Amino acid sequence: MSVTESAGFDETVAMQEGIGDPILDLLNGFIVQLRSAGLPVSLTENLDAMEAVKHVPLGDRQTFKYALAATLVKHHNHWKAFETVFEVYFSLRGDEFSIGDDTLELPEMDDDEQQGEQTSGDQQGGGGDNLSPEELAEMLYRSLMRGDQQMMRGVARQAVKRYAGMEPGRPVGGTYYLYRTLRNLDLDGVLERLLEQEQNEEGDAPSDFEQRLQRDEYQSRIDSLQQEIEAEIRRRLVADRGVEAMAKTLRKPLPEDVDFMHASREEMASLRKAIYPLTRKLAARLQRKRRHGRKGPLDFRRTVRASLSYGGVPAEPKFRNPRPHKPEIFVIADISGSVAAFARFTLHLVYAISGQFSKVRAFVFIDGLDEVTHMFEGVEDINEAVHRVNTEADVVWVDGHSDYGHALQVFWEKYGKEIGPRTSIMILGDARNNYHASESWIIKAMHEKARAVHWLNPEPNSYWDTGDSIVGEYAQHCDGTFEVRNLRQLEGFVEHLA
Amino acid sequence: MSNRFSDVASLKEELAGVDYLSDDGIAGVVYLADRLEKPILVEGPAGTGKTQLAKSVSEITGARLIRLQCYEGLDEAKALYEWNYKKQLLRIQAESSGEEWDDISEDIFSDEFLLTRPLLEAISADEPVVLLIDEVDRVELETEALLLEILSDYQVSIPELGTIEAKQIPLVFLTSNNTRELSEALKRRCLYLHVDYPDLEREKEIVLTKVPDITENLADQVARVVRSIRQIELKKHPSVSETLDWAKTLVLLGVEKIDEQTATQTINILLKYQSDINKALKDLATADGVSP
Repeated sequence: MSVTESAGFDETVAMQEGIGDPILDLLNGFIVQLRSAGLPVSLTENLDAMEAVKHVPLGDRQTFKYALAATLVKHHNHWKAFETVFEVYFSLRGDEFSIGDDTLELPEMDDDEQQGEQTSGDQQGGGGDNLSPEELAEMLYRSLMRGDQQMMRGVARQAVKRYAGMEPGRPVGGTYYLYRTLRNLDLDGVLERLLEQEQNEEGDAPSDFEQRLQRDEYQSRIDSLQQEIEAEIRRRLVADRGVEAMAKTLRKPLPEDVDFMHASREEMASLRKAIYPLTRKLAARLQRKRRHGRKGPLDFRRTVRASLSYGGVPAEPKFRNPRPHKPEIFVIADISGSVAAFARFTLHLVYAISGQFSKVRAFVFIDGLDEVTHMFEGVEDINEAVHRVNTEADVVWVDGHSDYGHALQVFWEKYGKEIGPRTSIMILGDARNNYHASESWIIKAMHEKARAVHWLNPEPNSYWDTGDSIVGEYAQHCDGTFEVRNLRQLEGFVEHLA
Repeated sequence: MSNRFSDVASLKEELAGVDYLSDDGIAGVVYLADRLEKPILVEGPAGTGKTQLAKSVSEITGARLIRLQCYEGLDEAKALYEWNYKKQLLRIQAESSGEEWDDISEDIFSDEFLLTRPLLEAISADEPVVLLIDEVDRVELETEALLLEILSDYQVSIPELGTIEAKQIPLVFLTSNNTRELSEALKRRCLYLHVDYPDLEREKEIVLTKVPDITENLADQVARVVRSIRQIELKKHPSVSETLDWAKTLVLLGVEKIDEQTATQTINILLKYQSDINKALKDLATADGVSP
């Protein structure tokens, strides 16, 4: 369903029901934005959302947001994307968020806690515009010290106004403004100062443990300040450029569309969490095949036994249960520099798979090849296992540049005999062979012996067979070659496999 | 439209009255579920009070809680209904003389011979009920389809009897630990609620409510330590129930201030994997902590 079509359709639905409220128009626009961010919003969910907003007070932003989320977002991984769209789309709606009154007052401080240096801020009627940078820094420090949310918001607004240097129509993204603001605020320095202050008050030196707890506390306050700053920048950008343009710039790929090769650290962490359900799915699929699969040969003894209840007529033939299918999986992964990011991910995948299947063997190669199955066995910390693989495995033969031909040769000589008719082989790599010999006959030989050979390539399809990539040559002997660059594609592969 | 709750704020208070501390999201979704007559799918890590939510809601509404615990291999006969074969057989034998088959067959497929299982029971109950379908991610993908009819239309179709429609609309909760992806069809029929670990303030409140005799100071420390531990990358993070266990232990031990030594000695209540324990202890002992 394309976005424009579905939007038109939804509008007709709304018309038919005879409701043409502005709020429904607003909601329709919001859902169009959600869909263009990639969220799958179905028609029924759309209708549910319209029904839901009738029951919540529109003035209550938080409740309104949760009402929309409950009806429109059915996947926790999509929450972040939803939140971004929501904040952008509704950023200028609602009283407290209007931008018209630019000089937001910094909240007044309690007099008894007031120190001499703060009085100047007071005299200006809380406008905050005339604060010197030092005073603003002091204010920031105090707000963090007390964890005062209201004051933090005020400081954030003031800081953005002052330091971000935002000008209408300037074609730079929000990150640039964020960077400028944060650089001027020097939050790391503030954190150190807060911690020192804490120590001085305590008197005797706190243990590392206590310091750690303190640091976490302040860090979380600083994080929430940073969020305030980001929100403020977003708000101003939306006011400048309009909702549609902003929604487009801020749009980030959904977790399942994040490219493995270019994933950031946080994205990688969320990907790792997502792998586990995927391997469960893989295992469940294979198991189901086992249970509901084709019936085995006729079981004569049980048929006769069953016939007794029909007076000796074999009315109900019984069959033997099919032999349980115990898949053996060989994973052969390229861990050379060109696919390093992907390789880390595949090692996580191997680890997750090995928890689900009884027989999984893992091999890694660059120009030499080594078995690393034992490094995953009985290891509880996957990062440690990955580290061991990267440091201990003997994968360099000559120069440490990928040589698929030689690696395959080593595999064939050492482990070729162990491939049986129940073995599924997965080869992970970009097949960039540095113009060495391909030795693709080995893949052919593997294919003859094994149950299946699959090739997963982390490169986009359009790059295949360009330069030194020879994936096409290998592909002709594989059961399937798949572009696997994100979770969605990996899931597609799993579905295909099972 | 049912109106069990007047508004979100009062629902939140009522929940707090039975020692369930909700937040805006939780109370808001429960309120909506009541108004829209839709089931709620509650997802989140283990031990964050998903099941407890259903129990608490049943407590404040005074409704009976009917619980269906899901497991692999759950089928129609255990979730929906089953014919009482033995009784049917007896009925046939008792009347074997003379009676026409049509009469008997009409008779033995009647309410009297129907064994109701949780789903049917929730539908056919006269009094208000809360239906809890626990750990729905444990059933196979195919079994999920069993739930669809009851979730969207609040009715159960029995071939021999026809369709049984709900006398009252039950409030339905489905919980899932997200071990596998639920089908789109199921998700579409539900409101979605993700319950995560509570933030510092709420966790402290929970500890204060649930652990008798705990001082506010200690509860605050407990919540802080747990928050720090949850920031470390571990196999399994401490759940709310484990936090409560830990707090109770500390109270029993007469601890007033958590220092490194107490933490080391009792951390096995919070974390259940040896590798996690080692990692957390090592991590907590460094003043710098993890880089943000």
